[in-house]
Amino acid sequence: MEQILLKHTLPGQCLSFDEYRSVGGFEALAHALGNMTPAEVQQSVIDSGLRGRGGAGFPTGKKWSFVPRDLPGPRYLICNCDEMEPGTYKDRVLLERNPHLLVEGMALACYALGVQHAFIFVRHGYEQAAENLRNSIYAANVSGFLGDNILGSGFNLKLDVHQSAGRYICGEETALISALEGKRANPRVKPPFPAIKGLWGQPTVVNNVETLANIPAIITGGPLWWKSTAANPEAAGTKLFCISGHVANHDCFELPLGMTLGEIIDGPSGGMRPGSSFKACIPGGASTPYLTGMHRDVPMDFDPLAKAGSRLGTGGIIVFDQTICMVAATLNLIRFFARESCGWCTPCREGLPFVRHTLELIETGRGEAHHIDILREHVQLLNYSFCALAPGAMGPIDGLLNHFEDELREHVTARRCPFKGAHSS
Amino acid sequence: MIPKALKSSLEQRVADAATNREAAVDIMKELQRHYGWLTDEALEEAAQLLGLSTLQVEEMATFYEMIYRRPVGRHVVHVCDSISCWTSGGETLLESLAHLLRIEPGSTTADGFITLLPCSCLGNCGEAPCMMIGEKQYGRMTPQTVSEIVTSLRKTR
Ligand SMILES: Cc1cc2nc3c(=O)[nH]c(=O)nc-3n(C[C@H](O)[C@H](O)[C@H](O)COP(=O)(O)O)c2cc1C
Ligand code: SF4
Ligand code: FES
Repeated sequence: MEQILLKHTLPGQCLSFDEYRSVGGFEALAHALGNMTPAEVQQSVIDSGLRGRGGAGFPTGKKWSFVPRDLPGPRYLICNCDEMEPGTYKDRVLLERNPHLLVEGMALACYALGVQHAFIFVRHGYEQAAENLRNSIYAANVSGFLGDNILGSGFNLKLDVHQSAGRYICGEETALISALEGKRANPRVKPPFPAIKGLWGQPTVVNNVETLANIPAIITGGPLWWKSTAANPEAAGTKLFCISGHVANHDCFELPLGMTLGEIIDGPSGGMRPGSSFKACIPGGASTPYLTGMHRDVPMDFDPLAKAGSRLGTGGIIVFDQTICMVAATLNLIRFFARESCGWCTPCREGLPFVRHTLELIETGRGEAHHIDILREHVQLLNYSFCALAPGAMGPIDGLLNHFEDELREHVTARRCPFKGAHSS
Repeated sequence: MIPKALKSSLEQRVADAATNREAAVDIMKELQRHYGWLTDEALEEAAQLLGLSTLQVEEMATFYEMIYRRPVGRHVVHVCDSISCWTSGGETLLESLAHLLRIEPGSTTADGFITLLPCSCLGNCGEAPCMMIGEKQYGRMTPQTVSEIVTSLRKTR
């Protein structure tokens, strides 16, 4: 299995700048600046089939192509390292092991986009990642890979790290732009999309850490080679999967995109932990609908997972064993989303607490049959919210209704949670 | 009032920023580090440093999980209550901390030393159950390690 992102790195250790250079670091940048036009770099990214690793899976090269190159004033690139989706810790692992890959990837993206000032938006609690990035940026400036007239090409680039103070909505790209501008981080109306009117009103691209960290390999190895590192011809590239829950090995693995769920659980995850049997999992962070045993052969890739009624999301796989009550798990998830609602729009601000309350009634044995209809109705209703947080929040409810309706009904008819003693709360 | 040295380093941070406001979160964090929480006085100082009204700073201060607009203890213990930790004993971790500290989650010990707060995912899910004290992360917590950490925290008094 080809490693692109975690190659040359060891768990718990940060590759030094010199080590990165000795294994070919910044050669992609030197090659692109010397031999490729910005349009050719963008074309390579388009040809590679790279899709965004931040959750939505939008084709990266296509996103870049929406940026108008003829408007006056600056353009910006923002790297999204907010990573607050529960179950997701891949960007942290990557930046703790190899921050230089992101720095080089951002330099290539900025060259392609004609950006001279870019930001990395880092969540709270990622002190080591932020520190690694600052060190890498400093070293890159000293070595002439950032700053003015990079490698004599006439291309200038300044990279800044912005640290946040904790709020899930900051990861939503328009809210992130508000946060970076030093405003309350409510999302903004789209259109205009950030590609046209983003940071300080200027054309802006927002990309995930893992997305940008793949660019150097696309340039060095070529887009077709990069694409072929996936498990099948429909998929493109590798993916960082970060595993948690009831499996033997909790870790972040770089695996070919398109490996099946069963292969990931039985292989690198080491199977279920002793005494556990697989009941369900969340495939890609808290907002992605559940998969069950019948999905073991589904390739973990964007389109196959959408076809299975879920999403690849962030690649944060959370595995549940037979002891987990799916109503209780969903309640935990909806509590997170209700708390993290930014409060800007009514369906989400009022609707998520109502859904949480309804689920609480069911979980504590006070539910009625029509509460299940209320949940189902809200999966539709919350699509009318202002941003994607609320529809994402309903992902677990959707999965619960599709795969565990029996368990929900059992709570209602038995008037208690079947996983707990009678009348407990 | 903040010390002169801190003030000038904050002024430098604002001067280096792309715009004044971009530095707002850093300024709030530094002032919070100094006062322990973002006091009304700190809010006014932040507004002055950033060239904003106190209301504009308040809009941000009340938004972020890690900016405290109410007094907290010298140490703030954040316990993750999100899904991966929940599958791996997160609730037990919070209960045992509440028991050890003899306080309810969301409150501060009588001596004003330790505040216990549940929090959203710390991005450390592979090491569940997790907590964070100040800016330091702790993973794979067991009843044993929790009580050791609380004991050593008390010793810093
Ligand atoms: C509520 C919410 C939170 C999000 N959080 C993140 C995040 O932490 N990191 C991230 O890269 N994308 C996040 N996204 C997706 C971003 O809006 C955006 O699609 C992404 O950063 C684009 O990068 P990509 O195309 O490289 O994936 C979030 C979206 C929503 C609606
Ligand atoms: S859906 Fe929720 S998070 Fe998004 S704008 Fe509305 S209130 Fe804010
Ligand atoms: S769920 Fe607890 S650290 Fe992510």
